[in-house]
Amino acid sequence: MSTARAIAGDIRSGAQRAADVLEEYLGRIEAHDGDVHAFNTVTAEQARAAAAAIDAAVDEGRDPGPLAGVPVAFKDNLCTRGVATTCSSRMLEGWRPPYDATVVQAMTAAGAVMIGKTNLDEFAMGSSTEHSAFGPTRNPYDLARVPGGSSGGSAAAVAAGFAPLALGSDTGGSIRQPASLCGIVGIKPTYGRVSRYGLVAFASSFDQIGPFATDVADAALALGVISGHDPFDSTSIPAAVPDFEAALARGVEGLRVGVVSELTGSGRNGAATGSPMLGDAAGEVLGGIDADVTERVLEAADALADAGATVGRVSVPAVTYGLTAYYLIAPAEASSNLARYDGTRYGLRVEGADVEEMNRLTRRAGFGDEVKARIMLGTFALSAGYYDAYYGKAQRVRMLTRRDFDAAYADFDVLLSPTSPCVAFRFGERADPMTMYRCDTCTIPSNLSGDPAMSVPFGTGAEDLPVGVQVMAPALGEEAMLTVAAALERAAPPLPKPPLAAAASTTGAGS
Amino acid sequence: MTAGWETVVGLEVHVELATDTKLFSAAPSRFGDEPNTNVTPVCLGLPGSLPVLNRRAVELAMAVGLALNCEIRPSVFHRKNYFYPDMPKDYQVSQYDQPICSDGWLDVPGGGRVGIERAHLEEDAGKTTHLGGADGRIHGAVGALVDYNRAGTPLLEIVSRPDIGSAAEASAYVEELRAILLALGASDARLEEGSMRVDANISVRPAGSTDLRTRCEVKNLNSLRSLRNAIDYEAQRHIELYAAGDAPVQETRHWSEDGRTHSLRSKEEADDYRYFPEPDLVPLVPDDEWIAEVRAAMPELPASQRARLHECGAEPDDAQVIVGRGLAPVVLGAIEAGADAKRTVTHAVQNLALDGAELLGSDHLSSLVQMETSGQLTATQAKTVLGIMCERAAAGTADPAAIAAELGFEAMAADELESLVDQAIADNPEAWEKFCAGEAKVAGVFVGAVMKATRGQADGKAVNQYLALRRDA
Repeated sequence: MSTARAIAGDIRSGAQRAADVLEEYLGRIEAHDGDVHAFNTVTAEQARAAAAAIDAAVDEGRDPGPLAGVPVAFKDNLCTRGVATTCSSRMLEGWRPPYDATVVQAMTAAGAVMIGKTNLDEFAMGSSTEHSAFGPTRNPYDLARVPGGSSGGSAAAVAAGFAPLALGSDTGGSIRQPASLCGIVGIKPTYGRVSRYGLVAFASSFDQIGPFATDVADAALALGVISGHDPFDSTSIPAAVPDFEAALARGVEGLRVGVVSELTGSGRNGAATGSPMLGDAAGEVLGGIDADVTERVLEAADALADAGATVGRVSVPAVTYGLTAYYLIAPAEASSNLARYDGTRYGLRVEGADVEEMNRLTRRAGFGDEVKARIMLGTFALSAGYYDAYYGKAQRVRMLTRRDFDAAYADFDVLLSPTSPCVAFRFGERADPMTMYRCDTCTIPSNLSGDPAMSVPFGTGAEDLPVGVQVMAPALGEEAMLTVAAALERAAPPLPKPPLAAAASTTGAGS
Repeated sequence: MTAGWETVVGLEVHVELATDTKLFSAAPSRFGDEPNTNVTPVCLGLPGSLPVLNRRAVELAMAVGLALNCEIRPSVFHRKNYFYPDMPKDYQVSQYDQPICSDGWLDVPGGGRVGIERAHLEEDAGKTTHLGGADGRIHGAVGALVDYNRAGTPLLEIVSRPDIGSAAEASAYVEELRAILLALGASDARLEEGSMRVDANISVRPAGSTDLRTRCEVKNLNSLRSLRNAIDYEAQRHIELYAAGDAPVQETRHWSEDGRTHSLRSKEEADDYRYFPEPDLVPLVPDDEWIAEVRAAMPELPASQRARLHECGAEPDDAQVIVGRGLAPVVLGAIEAGADAKRTVTHAVQNLALDGAELLGSDHLSSLVQMETSGQLTATQAKTVLGIMCERAAAGTADPAAIAAELGFEAMAADELESLVDQAIADNPEAWEKFCAGEAKVAGVFVGAVMKATRGQADGKAVNQYLALRRDA
C-alpha cells in the first residue's frame, strides 16, 4: 500500500496513471469488501471518469493538484451530487443530493478521485457501525470485531487498503475511535476549521469533518486540503490555514506534553489501573480504561520525553462529566436536526390517512432503534420543565470543560490520553447502550471544548490489536498536535498490517 | 364600549422585510413565480444545508428598531421546534429571549404612546394549498401541495405592549407603523397581501383599573377594518362573559368574515416548542459603528414629515394622507424647490392616489405646480399631466414640460385668448349686456364659447379675468 503522497507524486510526475491506481484499489475492494463491508456505494464508473480526467490533465501539462489521482472514500453522511447519500439509514435510502459538500468539492478540486461512500452507524450515532441499517462493517484486523464508529466504514476502508485516504465526521469521537481500533491515523480538527456545509447534521455544535490516513503526513496533507473558511457555514472560522505538513518535521524539544490524569490514572508503567484517581473517581464514573491501553499511552509519553519534550501529569476534572453532558446536548440537537425526515420532501415516505400519520409512520419505519432512542432522549431534555435540569446543566458542564482545558493549556502545549478505553471489541459485546457510550469517554471532552484532537497508532494491546494514543491541542493548535503525532509515529513500535491488507497488497497490484 | 369597561390591546405585527434574498439563503425573496423555483438546499431543509444570515435583513430590522426608539442589543437565534409540512426543517429559526430590538415606543397620531416590547427576526414558512377541500381550506381536503418559495423569507415580528385602548387606536398604530416601514423601505407592508400580518391580543378591564385580565389572541386580521371590528367584537364578548359571571379563557381565536371570532386552540393545547439556541448560527452582535451607520442612513420619519408639512400649511388630515401614501419626501421637496405649498398639497391629496406617485421626482412635481400657478397649464391640464407623470415616474421620464408639449397643452398667448373672448362677446350681445349689468353667472356663456373654440384648452380663470377687465374698462 502506498501513501497518498507517493501516489499523487507519481501521478503528477507521470510515473503512474491515475486510471491504473484506481483499478488497483477497485480490485482490492472487489476482492475483499464482501468481507469488510466498508462501502455502502462504490462509485466505480464515476471514479473511472474522474481518473481519466486527471490523466488527461497530466498529459496536457496541467497539475491536477496535491491529491492528483488519489482514491478517496467519503463517509456516507457527506453530500455528493447525484450519488446516493444514505447516512446508513432506511430514511434516506436512494436520496441523491443536488449538491456536493464543501469538503467533497475541496478534495476533488485538489485532484482526489471519489471511490465510494462508506458505512456508518445510522446518522453517525454509535461507536461500532453495528447500528448501520445496511449491516455492520468488520475490522480488517479481525473480521469478528467492530471497526469502531461511527465512521467505521471510512476507517476500515483505509486500514484494508481500499483507499489511501478517507473522510469521516466526529461528533463524540467518530473519527478518532475507529482510527484507533483500525490502527490508522484520524484527525478531528478544531470546530470551525473545516466547513460542515454538506455534512448531514447529527449534533451541529459538535460535528466536525476530518481525515483518515495510514500515516500522519497523509492526514496532514488531507487536513490542509479541507481546511479553511467557508461562507456557507456560519460557524466556520475565518482563520488562515497553516502549512500543516511543515509542522511534521519540527521536533518536540521544549514542547510541554500533559498526560490527562482522569483518563489514564496517576500511576506509571503498568501501575496505572491501580491508581487512586482511576480506581475512585475516573474509574467509577467512566467505566475504566483497559490496562493495556493505558500502558501504551504512558509508553508514548515516555517516548516523547526521550525525544526532548517536557512531560508531566495534568488534571482536567470536568472530563469525568463529559459523557453525561454530551449525551444530553447531542441528542437534544439531534432531535431537532432529524425532525426534517418526515416523509414530505425527500427520502422514505410511508403513506398515512393524514399528514400527521404519514409523518409518524415514516419515522417509525425509517429510523433504527438507536436513532429513535436518541431522538426521544433529546426531545425530553429540551422539554418545558426539564430544559434547565438537563440541557441547561449540560451546557454548564460544557463551559466547565472549556475552562478546565484552558487551565491545562496554560501549562501544556498538548495533552495526551488514550483514544479508546479498549481495543477493538467483538460484535454484540457492547449491546448495552451505556457500555457502548463509554467508548467515547476519552474523545468526547474535545468535542465539548471544540478543540482539535487526533488518534495515532502506538503499538498493540490485547490480542495484538492496535492501540491509539490521543493527542489533544487548544483551538487552532493543529500544528503542535501534528508535531507531537509525527514524533509518536516515529517512536511507535511497528504495527502488524491487518491480515486482509497484507494479503491485498501482494495480490492487488496489477490485477 | 360598554360603560365601566376599557379595552386593552397589544399587537403582534409580522412584516416581510424587503430584501432581495431570503433570511438564510441566496434564493430570491420574490413572489408570484412558479412554485418551488426560488429555492436552494437551505430553503428546502435538505440534509447537510446550513443557514447564513442575510446582512441586509439585519440592517432593516435595526432601522425599524431605531425608528421605534428601541435598543439594539446582541441577539441569538433559537430553533422553535414543531412539525408542519410547510416548515422545511420542522423547526423555525427565530429570535427568542434575546431579540435584536427591545424596549422602544411608538407615538400614535391622535392617540397615546404605545410601548414596543421587542422586534425580532425570524424566517417565514412555505405555503400549503389543500386539494379537494372548499377554497383550499384544510377541511375536506384530500391532499396538499406545498410551495417553498416563501420558506425562509425574512420576517420582523414587532410586539407592542398592551398599551392600546381602543379599536381606533389600534388601527392608527398599524397605520403609523406602516408609514414608518414604507419610509424606511423596510417592507411594502400590505395587509391585504400578507406582507404585513397583524395579530391582536385583546382583553378588557374595569375602567380605571391597571390590572391585565385574561387575553385572547385573534388572528386572520387582513385589513384595518377587520382589526377594528375584531377588537370591538372580542372586547364585547369578554364584557358579556364577565357580566354573566363567567370569564374568557386564554386561547387563540380566528376572526372570520361572519363578523365573529372562533376558538382555534387553548393554552393547554399549545405546543411545547422546545426552544434552544440554533447551533448553526453564531450570536448576532451589532457593534456601535454598524448601528451608527444604519442610523445615519435612515430617511426622515413620518412624525417629522407631518410636522414639516404642517409648517407648510397642510391641514393635519392632509399631512396624514400625504405621509400615509409615502409622498412626504416628494411633496416637501417640491415645496422647497419653489412650488406653491397649498397647490402642491392639494394635488398630493386629490390627484396622487396613484401607483408610482411615490416615485415622482420632487423637481418634476415642483415644475408642474409652477407651470400651473404661472398659467401655463390649467388645473384640468395639470391633473392630466400628473397622471401621466406617475405612469412614467418609475422610468424617470416624468418631465411635465415634455408631457404637456406632447399633449399639445401649450399655454395660449394672452392676445389670442383676448381675441377669442372679444369674438364671444360679439357673438352674444344680449349676454354681454346682462353681464355688464352685474349678472355674473352669464359669464359662463363666454367661457363656454371660448372653451368650445379651444377644445377645452383655454384657462377659464384667465377668461373670467379678461371679461371683468373689459366690463370695468
